[in-house]
Amino acid sequence: MSSTATATRPRGGHGPTRALRTGRQERVRRWRASWRRRETRAAYGFISPWIVGFVLLTAGPMLASLVLSFTDYDGIGATRGVGMENYRQLFEDPQVASSLLNTLAFTVLRVPLLMALSLALAMLLNRVGRASGFFRTVFYLPVMTPKVAVGILFLLLFNGNVGLVNKVLGGFGIPGPSWTTDGNWVKPGLVLTTLWSLGATVVIYLAALRNVPEDLYEAAELDGAGRWTAFRHVTLPQMSGALFFTLVVNTIYSLQTFDEAYTAFFGTANAQTYSHEAALFYVVYLFQQAFQFMHLGYASAMSWLLFAVILVITLIQARVSRRFVYYEGDTR
Amino acid sequence: MAAPLHPRRRRRRLAAAVAAVATLLPVTACGGVVSGDRAGTFTTMGYSMGDTLATARVDVARKVLGTTRLQVNQGAFDEQQFLSAVAAGDPPDVVVMDRSLIGGYAARGAIVPLTTCLKDRRVDVGQYRASAMDEATLDGTVYGLPDSYDNRLLLIDGKVLAEAGDRVSDVDTSDWQGLSRLAKDLVRSKDGKLTRIGFDPKIPEFFPLWVRANGGLLLSRDGRTAHLDDPRTVEALSFAVSLIDAQGGWGRFKALRDTFDQFGAGNQIVRDQIGAYPMEDWYVSVLGDVSPKVDLHTRPFTDRRGRPIDYTSGYSWVIPKGSPHPQKACRFITAMTSPDTWVTAARAKARDIRKDGSPYTGDFTGNKVADRRIHDEVWKPTGNAAFDEAARQLYAAQDHAFSVPANAAGTEFRKAWQSAVNNVLSGEQSPEEALDEAQQRAQSALDRGNTERE
Repeated sequence: MSSTATATRPRGGHGPTRALRTGRQERVRRWRASWRRRETRAAYGFISPWIVGFVLLTAGPMLASLVLSFTDYDGIGATRGVGMENYRQLFEDPQVASSLLNTLAFTVLRVPLLMALSLALAMLLNRVGRASGFFRTVFYLPVMTPKVAVGILFLLLFNGNVGLVNKVLGGFGIPGPSWTTDGNWVKPGLVLTTLWSLGATVVIYLAALRNVPEDLYEAAELDGAGRWTAFRHVTLPQMSGALFFTLVVNTIYSLQTFDEAYTAFFGTANAQTYSHEAALFYVVYLFQQAFQFMHLGYASAMSWLLFAVILVITLIQARVSRRFVYYEGDTR
Repeated sequence: MAAPLHPRRRRRRLAAAVAAVATLLPVTACGGVVSGDRAGTFTTMGYSMGDTLATARVDVARKVLGTTRLQVNQGAFDEQQFLSAVAAGDPPDVVVMDRSLIGGYAARGAIVPLTTCLKDRRVDVGQYRASAMDEATLDGTVYGLPDSYDNRLLLIDGKVLAEAGDRVSDVDTSDWQGLSRLAKDLVRSKDGKLTRIGFDPKIPEFFPLWVRANGGLLLSRDGRTAHLDDPRTVEALSFAVSLIDAQGGWGRFKALRDTFDQFGAGNQIVRDQIGAYPMEDWYVSVLGDVSPKVDLHTRPFTDRRGRPIDYTSGYSWVIPKGSPHPQKACRFITAMTSPDTWVTAARAKARDIRKDGSPYTGDFTGNKVADRRIHDEVWKPTGNAAFDEAARQLYAAQDHAFSVPANAAGTEFRKAWQSAVNNVLSGEQSPEEALDEAQQRAQSALDRGNTERE
């Protein structure tokens, strides 16, 4: 049976012709036609575990949190509708503003540094040749380290008295700061710690670098371009898609940062005692509100505010990227 | 293109797909974890069998469960895990938690009152230490029975004091000016780094002790009114922070503290990294175990009028809402906290410790009867003057105990004053600013908690 034949056959002999169908009807028709294909059904079968997981474990909880954000749910008793009260309180709670500022500062510090270092390492790896597989593995291994361990590592490496970082700085005659107690240095210390796992970004950049056509460099060289000019006018534009992808992904990751700061400053009773306001990131505060203060309704409203912030930042990034990102096959 | 399926084959395929989804769903949703048979198993949360005392107590108390199997889920109490379990209607039978959390959970109905349990079991509530019960009693209703009881007393490194030409009696917390002088006298630095803390006031964690020493309270006795902006509270914080500032400032102070090998043979007393500080009693046991020959001296912490004060805290057993076996839970927690159980366990612990040649310094249980019986029947002088004196000091301190009362804000209240202290230590706020802000946060959390409760 031909789906095309079915689609073009006029219904009852007097139905609308194909040209007159609305776009919506056409889309439904196409979907129905494709569904009849065995491959399509198989494809849906294979992705169904993900769809089930997405609906039950992501979309469902998101919807539930949206509903909860309009209640005073404490996790134990019954819920009571409070309208927009939780959202109104978000703008009156000074810790929402301070934790959001902490998170934005962390993101602004971390993302450019991570991208620049990853790019530099990827370019080095690209020149290594035979041993590049080994080094790629070495750089990627820290990504496998549990983030809780990285949080503990922060306290050990950045101890103001005996930490390795200050010992190295001391070797150059630089007196190291109190990374774990000085509010001005807590965030930079955490940023440096999270760079431990830049291997994932390095691998993406390395793949992008290997995809840059060699003839573009040859053409640039013939035109008299030096290394810097070739990097600026060939490498960067050719990698712009990968750069944009890592910019978006790392921005979202940084805005949702939790594990390292929580482990170092809030994870245990002892750590909580010495918790530092400079390390109170938005998701850490959200977690406190939900599971320590039992304000699950308020925490749900907080999560939707973060969702809105991430959405706005990502949309801005996508908008700005149109001017800088080059995709293969793009006619611009 | 494939021929259309026969309707019967289509139905069979559909049935197989439904069966597959039905099988996979619980696995994907629950991560493959299948709940055990709850009817025949009694579960605990937050209790660890880390030493002989803990193991021996469980061995005694499990007898009250009869044929029900006891499953001790070891590990520290986890707030998220507990709240999720209660919210899902699948809580453990009994839980051990920090007493400062009890008021918050009680106000929200996450744990049940023990009124009926105590009445049915004819438990004499008076046998428990009042300060432990204050932390577990909200608006006159008891919610927890003490599982541990931490006293605070002054630990002094005699060698450090002698080296500086000071005497143990110079460590006098009633004389704040003298204490400042002593701290400056004992502190040592090398190459711009602190190598010894003279006197550590142990803030933020022991801040309630300094407030009490100055005649104040963080919270009213009924747990409803915060006193964080009280002038006595502000003065106590200003003084405790000035002690740290006089010894090099918080950054250097905390950095040295973080390097202490607290539980090792090279601990801070052995390495003379600290002159004197208030500390919990369990640390005397640690020192007795890992460094019994240390030149340790102990003194009670005194208020500014010279009266001994003992700030206490600890953990308590509670029964969560929806506990599958509430009757057995009641029997279990009363058995775990009874004098007989404590004494049997203390005997086992003392035997173990003495076998290694270490001094047994006694156990402090939160149960007056148990403490007295352990003192009379189990503890005996070891011949190690330092640790015998420590044990005597601790037993004497029991009558001067106080705690921060239970309150409906629970963790929020504690976080409010701890954040204030941390903000002052890091130089971000003055004591007045920090405590004013903390007062607003704490009182607002208390009011909200009490309103929800009522």
